[in-house]
Amino acid sequence: MSTILKKTELASKIWQIEVEAPRIAEKALPGHFVVVMADAFGERVPLTIADFDRQAGTITLVMMVVGASSLKLSRLEEGDEFYALIGPLGHPSEIKPLDRVVMVAGGVGAAPIFPIARAYQQQGTEVVTVQGARSADLLFWTDRLASVSVEHVITTDDGSAGRRGLVTEPLAEQLAADSEKRIGGVYAIGPTPMMKFCAKTTEPFCVPTVVSLNSIMIDGTGMCGGCRVTVAKKTLFTCVDGPEFDGHQVDWDSLMSRQRTYHTQEGFAFGRMLAEPAPLNENILLRQNEEV
Amino acid sequence: MKKSDKTGRVAMPEQPPEVRIRNFDEVPLGYDDEQARTEASRCLQCKKPSCRDGCPVQVDIPAFIGLIAEGRVLEAAAKIKEDNCLPAACGRVCPQEIQCEGRCVLAKKGTPVAIGNLERYAAHYASDHAARHGLGPFVTPAPPTGKRVAVVGAGPSGLTVAGDLVRRGHDVTVFEAFHKAGGVLIYGIPEFRLPKRIVQEEVEYLAALGVRFELNHVIGKAISVHELLEKEGFDAVFLGVGAGLPSLMGIPGENLGGVYLANEYLTRVNLMRAYDFPRYDTPIVRGRNVCVIGGGNVAMDAARTARRLDAEQVSIVYRRSVDELPARAEEVHHAQEEGIHFKTLCSPLEYLGDDRGMVKQVRCQIMELGEPDASGRRRPVPVPGKEATLDADLVIIAIGGNANPIVTRQTEGLALNKHDYITIDENGATSVPGIWAGGDIVTGSATVILAMGAGRIAAQDIHRFLCERN
Repeated sequence: MSTILKKTELASKIWQIEVEAPRIAEKALPGHFVVVMADAFGERVPLTIADFDRQAGTITLVMMVVGASSLKLSRLEEGDEFYALIGPLGHPSEIKPLDRVVMVAGGVGAAPIFPIARAYQQQGTEVVTVQGARSADLLFWTDRLASVSVEHVITTDDGSAGRRGLVTEPLAEQLAADSEKRIGGVYAIGPTPMMKFCAKTTEPFCVPTVVSLNSIMIDGTGMCGGCRVTVAKKTLFTCVDGPEFDGHQVDWDSLMSRQRTYHTQEGFAFGRMLAEPAPLNENILLRQNEEV
Repeated sequence: MKKSDKTGRVAMPEQPPEVRIRNFDEVPLGYDDEQARTEASRCLQCKKPSCRDGCPVQVDIPAFIGLIAEGRVLEAAAKIKEDNCLPAACGRVCPQEIQCEGRCVLAKKGTPVAIGNLERYAAHYASDHAARHGLGPFVTPAPPTGKRVAVVGAGPSGLTVAGDLVRRGHDVTVFEAFHKAGGVLIYGIPEFRLPKRIVQEEVEYLAALGVRFELNHVIGKAISVHELLEKEGFDAVFLGVGAGLPSLMGIPGENLGGVYLANEYLTRVNLMRAYDFPRYDTPIVRGRNVCVIGGGNVAMDAARTARRLDAEQVSIVYRRSVDELPARAEEVHHAQEEGIHFKTLCSPLEYLGDDRGMVKQVRCQIMELGEPDASGRRRPVPVPGKEATLDADLVIIAIGGNANPIVTRQTEGLALNKHDYITIDENGATSVPGIWAGGDIVTGSATVILAMGAGRIAAQDIHRFLCERN
């Protein structure tokens, strides 16, 4: 169980990992997430499920190396097992009967947004996808997203692919051009500032905007409260109340300051791990000693 | 070495406060053989032992103490295990002063037999013996019945059910959401109060009896409770998922950086070993000025943990007075010894942050005690116009919790009370045939031993049900 069957580098530091997880695959729906641990010393890291195959009993995870824990996860090879993998967690996406939706994916957000876009496309909703990245070499799954979209707009910060600029520009244009009000919803998944500005962009148009939050978590089952966010002035738990919320109601500044809590420690741990590759054998020994 | 304290009890040797605040090792060091025999010989061996009535799982206390007094310690440990599958844990974390020791005849003179210390001694002796000579006083399970039981949650109630039923020959699988079994004993109670190795030994003991542990399984997500019964072939299910879902007061600033709920703070340190960062990858905020909100055992654990993580000043902020603290007497005593301040009659109004969104102060309302409330304790009432502002770069909120909705929400037909805890009958049975429940998910936040007592009752009824099913 939890064996890595296939590992592919999709773009610089972005990995696609296919994992054997029949029980999770059986129940997975778009929007669900899992919590993974690389080894017995690892952090518990929440990752949104990017795809699933019920027949093969596998789920697909996509993650970008941004710190010690993601670096450690990226160092697991095909045939290795995650120390822990639990899920599917959170509420699945609510796929509403809409005429047209705009899916805005920022960076690695292209992965979790894909199964949601596909679910909309399969029920007959017109999907417009705006996919942004810093530069062309960080884009991935453009073909997958294009295959479920009636329109697929790419933006890069440096103009190396698609339009130069931010995802919020084509998003605003889509909404401004929608004179018949056919766009019934917007999804924005990506880095927190990107989701914040997407929500700010759609607010004047009064189009419901769903965001999927990547709060810091431990258990992922409502026990610890580390992932709490302020939504419509109420405290909610991302793991059991989300991870998707109304982007117009999220207190973004509070979320971002909570995400910065461990900034210094994370930077330190990342530098340490980059310098000294983790001895995985020791971890496996420890795992055998600790597990019942 | 002190032979006995002034109450006549043999004093428990402990790490001195100035040493222990620099480590996570256990505070009490345990009786040696001589001390245990001396203390055990104080027991009057009452004909009608009221201590036993004070125990939620009715351990035969005079019998095991008598065996210790005779030096038959392995037999004493086996005697405890007849009723209590987690003696090493209970000897350390039970509130003995309101249970067994509170009912001891000698308690009237203020010198009850140190039942908890003796229980701990017997358990330690047995596990030490097992480590050196192979498995210790082993219970032989009854012949296999062919009946399968799923236990959801590997905490105190679930482990009790598993132990009781595997011994009666049933095939028991325990599903646990975390990557380690033990529940609150692993994620909640700190190493210095209950070493994780001890919990691990108790779990291994159950595994040796034949209990299967399925870690990393969130029942209600990957597998539903009904699927356990209908698809996975279990004959009965016990829900011991714990309370979870910690409470907040709903005051401004609760979501600032550096404001933790106790569950998260303790889980980071205990389960994820953040105290050993960066060897372990999980980080934690190390505060210099720490305020812990609440007065229960969890608050004491959090405060004493923060003290060991380099805090200069740690304050328990509690809205009633010291006399009303719900924590175990020993925890309060240990906290005081370790220099924890008790800022009582004080209740937070607001958390104030700096420009980076990190907490820096707690604004509090000063309280006084009024008339007794429903709990019989004097109600704290605000003193008009009196406030205090405390500096804090780390706040830990330990004011209890609510019911976790994951299992209850999606289990059709499961009757819940108005607070979303599971409703059970006197045998631990829920409204759904084949499903039992116990522990915090029924009672709300309570103690390890009460959860074990609930597990024991449910296990008896599950056993009856499984036998009748033949």
